[in-house]
Amino acid sequence: MAFLDFLKHKHPKASAEMQNLDRGILVFENTSEVIRAESVLKAEGWKIRVMGPPPEFRSGCDLVIEIPLIEELSILRTLQMSGAIPKEVVPVSSPLLQPVDLFQTKDLGQHLMVRAANMKVTVDKQTLTIVNVSGGGCPDVPYLAHRMVGKLLSDAPSPREIGHTLCGYALQLAYEEARRRCGL
Amino acid sequence: MWAVVGTIPDQDFPLVTGLVSLKDNAISIQGQQIPVSRGTPALLAAAIKAGELQGQPAPYGFLVGDIGVGVGSRRLCDYLAKHLGKSDFRTITFHYLQPNVRWHNRVLSSVEQMTKRPILVADAGSMYAAKMSGKAEAYDLFTPDIGELAFLADEQAPHPLYTRGFILHEETRVPELITRSYTHNNAARHLLVKGETDYVTNQNGIQATIDYPIVEAMEAIGGTGDTLTGIVVALIAAGMEISEAATVAARANRLAGYYAKPTAATQVAEIVSYIPGALEEILAENKKGEAKRVA
Repeated sequence: MAFLDFLKHKHPKASAEMQNLDRGILVFENTSEVIRAESVLKAEGWKIRVMGPPPEFRSGCDLVIEIPLIEELSILRTLQMSGAIPKEVVPVSSPLLQPVDLFQTKDLGQHLMVRAANMKVTVDKQTLTIVNVSGGGCPDVPYLAHRMVGKLLSDAPSPREIGHTLCGYALQLAYEEARRRCGL
Repeated sequence: MWAVVGTIPDQDFPLVTGLVSLKDNAISIQGQQIPVSRGTPALLAAAIKAGELQGQPAPYGFLVGDIGVGVGSRRLCDYLAKHLGKSDFRTITFHYLQPNVRWHNRVLSSVEQMTKRPILVADAGSMYAAKMSGKAEAYDLFTPDIGELAFLADEQAPHPLYTRGFILHEETRVPELITRSYTHNNAARHLLVKGETDYVTNQNGIQATIDYPIVEAMEAIGGTGDTLTGIVVALIAAGMEISEAATVAARANRLAGYYAKPTAATQVAEIVSYIPGALEEILAENKKGEAKRVA
């Protein structure tokens, strides 16, 4: 659940602290590494947020991790131990883009469709089987759909584990919301 | 000649180029068989079916394996940057590719070297890169869904994941989002917005809306947007004007879905086989309408 913590405001103190401290961002080679580093840092209890990069660091499909700069050395040590090493640490002063935190659901009778940003996941309400994945435009979407469709919500690999892009990240949000609505 | 550029969700799939055919729910290119499923294979399958009905030759594919890591997309963009400038395609459709501004701009520069500028269509990741690079206006048609339209409308968002909350992804807001996309120069010359109601639009405003038949399950079925893009590019490649092609394609894609009697669990391959019949019906209706107008 660490993936969604920044949306659920489980750490309101962390957000307030982040605004008051000098902030920095960890820039990684690709989105998969960001997701991996986020898992590592959240598991270790660090108060960090996954955000959109400032314009000068955008190439098209990017996430960064926002950290309190004062903790930089300790955070880097944690990441080095796990092998999730950022390519740069950069101070930031301007506001960063925040991933969507709005979900839309549609009841299709036997099925429930949940949308986050441009990604949708549809599940059978009785069997809790993922019956479809739609939307998106990054190349891992057809791959994620191939791996997830036909599997139970409880057994399917999560987009966080096997996805690589922002569409994969959006699908993770929809998938987590579908799980929540199905009581998992 | 018309071309489709995209990815296959198999990391080991090589970079291949050549004419694409369709047989028994699989597309075939250079001896490689790919099952028809959501993404570029669904676009190609629909395009081939629609193109056959128009007497069109097979589309030319530029395909590579990529599961989101981006290595395949990068290789394909490198290839296109080297080779597209010398080609003579009349229509090029860019589809599932890792959105990357630098790669996108190199490919677009190559297109600009072509002797005759082709009609450019972008959907999926290619559309994201086109918008983010500030080059949306270089394209003739984008085919966004409602979430992607909100992204086009948000001048600050580099990806649909970052669309700001005040830009609501609601069906009732589509006309407003279209206007906002054009105001910030983030739309192609034409848009075909896919949703409960499909909108065909350009800078002069909404040209057509299509809301019948209503097949609610279609939104949940991965690849139905790809089949719509496939039909419209086949019609454009056959010489149909873009707004008309978008209107006919939207009607035909809905009708194909209606005939397939889908549920939200239906897979897109089941709908593709209904495309020729549906398209034939819409084209015949159009012809009848024209004949009535002449009389």
